[in-house]
Amino acid sequence: MEMLAYLIPISLCLGGLGLAAFFWSLKDRQYDDPKGDAQRILSTEWDDQPKP
Amino acid sequence: MDVPAASACPACLAAPSAERIAAAAAPRDARLFLSLPTAHCAVCISDVERALAAEPGVRTARVNLTLKRVAVEADPEVTAERLVAVLDRIGYEAHELDPGTLMVTETDRRGRDLLMRIGVSGFAMMNVMLLSVAVWSGAEDATRDLFHWISAAIALPTVVFAGQPFFSSAWTSLKAGRLGMDVPISLALILASAISVYETMHSGHHAYFDAAVMLSFFLLVGRYLDYRTRAVARSAAEELAALEVPRAVVLREGAEVTVPVAEIAVDDLVLVRPGARMPVDGTVTHGSSEVDRSFLTGESLPAWAGIGSVVLAGEVNLTGPLTVRVTAAGRDTSLHRMADLVAMAESARNRYTSLADRMARFYSPGVHILAFSSFLGWMQITGGDLRISLNIAAAVLIITCPCALGLAVPAVVTAASGKLFRKGLLIKDSTALERLAEIDTVVFDKTGTLTMGAPEPVNLADLPDAALEVAAALAGASSHPLARALADAARVAGIRPATVTDLREVPGYGIEGQWRGQVVRLGRAIWVGAEAGSITATHLKIGSAAPLSVAFADRLRPGAAEAVAAFQKQGKAVHLISGDVAGAVGDLAGRLGIEHWQAEALPADKVALIAELAAQGRKVLMIGDGLNDTAALAAAHASISPASALDAARAASDIVLLGTDLSPVAEAVRVAVKARRRIKENFAISLLYNVVAVPIAIVGLATPLAAALAMSLSSITVSVNALRLK
Repeated sequence: MEMLAYLIPISLCLGGLGLAAFFWSLKDRQYDDPKGDAQRILSTEWDDQPKP
Repeated sequence: MDVPAASACPACLAAPSAERIAAAAAPRDARLFLSLPTAHCAVCISDVERALAAEPGVRTARVNLTLKRVAVEADPEVTAERLVAVLDRIGYEAHELDPGTLMVTETDRRGRDLLMRIGVSGFAMMNVMLLSVAVWSGAEDATRDLFHWISAAIALPTVVFAGQPFFSSAWTSLKAGRLGMDVPISLALILASAISVYETMHSGHHAYFDAAVMLSFFLLVGRYLDYRTRAVARSAAEELAALEVPRAVVLREGAEVTVPVAEIAVDDLVLVRPGARMPVDGTVTHGSSEVDRSFLTGESLPAWAGIGSVVLAGEVNLTGPLTVRVTAAGRDTSLHRMADLVAMAESARNRYTSLADRMARFYSPGVHILAFSSFLGWMQITGGDLRISLNIAAAVLIITCPCALGLAVPAVVTAASGKLFRKGLLIKDSTALERLAEIDTVVFDKTGTLTMGAPEPVNLADLPDAALEVAAALAGASSHPLARALADAARVAGIRPATVTDLREVPGYGIEGQWRGQVVRLGRAIWVGAEAGSITATHLKIGSAAPLSVAFADRLRPGAAEAVAAFQKQGKAVHLISGDVAGAVGDLAGRLGIEHWQAEALPADKVALIAELAAQGRKVLMIGDGLNDTAALAAAHASISPASALDAARAASDIVLLGTDLSPVAEAVRVAVKARRRIKENFAISLLYNVVAVPIAIVGLATPLAAALAMSLSSITVSVNALRLK
């Protein structure tokens, strides 16, 4: 039973991490253009280095 | 974390407020939006972005493929016209969008707010469910209590945060003395949380934390779907409005200055070029021309305008440049006053109660009575055991709580709107589909709706060849719509224009030239000495011979005949009402097989027809585009207007037809009928779940596990049923 003391906080933290990531993506306007993002991945333009 | 709401919502483009403030401080610092209707792939994105970025002065350019739009940040001297030309050169159609009109969408935060709440309740639901499963599978004593306490720590803040949309809406409806659907929802959320905390404190076996968060999650998804359907429609409607960038050329101390229409004042002199729409009401001080009033009156025949003539905002100048002294601008123009009339008519439609409202009207009191009477009943049976009775009342509320009902309508409406959007129909109003499903009579407007508002000559075969050649030569030199239509038709028919010299356009009258030593004229009846007829015509005079007439008929909109036939096949009564002359209207009615038609109708006559049909108990669908149709569009049970319609007409209608083809209109009615059937089925499904589950809850056998199963199963069934919509 002692392992619950670790497992429950760990599972909550992981879930919280996911929630934080969702908040960040929402704030970062990552859901503005899903169609465009789906197409941009096909372009080879910035394959070698990230866009400055 | 798997949140279904990860899909986009154009309305959550909430611009940071700093950006808004900056935009307000320096409105001319170019932040331009261009619409890109043809962009569709990765190549389009990089082509457009590269071409724009290469343009001097452009700082950044970013394409949004979902909205088919590109946002450009550039130095102040960069103009939209230049960028449109750049894109045109690499083969992309682009139109300038008015950023002021688009801003409304950009700053909309509601969608993001809902998504945030969905995320929180989804997170809470998963974690609480993990702990609940442990309890259901046999955790006991201290472990169970610990799990319940952790669940409470997660669920209580979640319910407070995620439940706010329901609490506030329930409070509003309670203050107005009504029992909306949100009252039982809020009550169930609060009661479930309170009872569960109480049970946890007393080491009870059952806690409903999972039910409370699950309820808020499913209901929020329903809210979000509902919101997104409307947001998509609204942003598309805004884009239509933003395409008409309101600018006008004003003469100030002899110089021509381009200013936004909002800045025009009374007594300014406005220059209106041929092909442009009048931005203001006024009187002509210089020049003569013809004006197209079809948007305002439905007349397909252009009217003459010269010095002293009164012109109204919304009319289109056809032939010569006109200088107009402004008598009314902006909100005071007749165009706006007409739009105000619509606002009044619209309130009548707002009285329509949707299926969901009708459902809520008997459902909410029923749920409360049921929960309260089971509470009283158990108080009686147990001899006043408050804990058991409250527990059972809460279980009844949770189980009857309209989880599936909250999804029943939005899921179907989302599926149907998406389907119709792909066919080129934009559903603007949330109850439009339900109203559209009920219609049994269709009233069409003529000019611009059943027809394209573009004339074509009909009697070329009756004219002698020599006359045709002269007419083609004269027509080819003019930009008047009738002349252009005649020249096009002549080219198609293979007529070679004769050699006419000394061509001269007389604005407002016609065109004149020399042919084999004779004066030849093509133009208005009075000018060439012909008798003006009742149908649209232009007249040709060669030397001193009797004038010849070329008659025109409006070209039928593609799909118009199919749409009328489809409506008649569906058993709907079809009417045609137009402000045009009897000859033109009767001819069109005959061609399309429409039995009931009325010509020379004023806007008030159109409303009267709708009212008369409504008085006979008929549900009317009005399809029209002009300002003269606006009041009728607003008064009808449901209304559709084409995208080419005036802004006011589009605003007054429930559905906007984005393409030129009219045939999807009949399809829309079919889909609406189907959608209504699905909504009713969904209500039946969620009621069925209640019929099974409520007795179990009342006799006190419902466990949190049963509640969770009933809730998720009914929600999933309802969503899947909505997806069956074909």
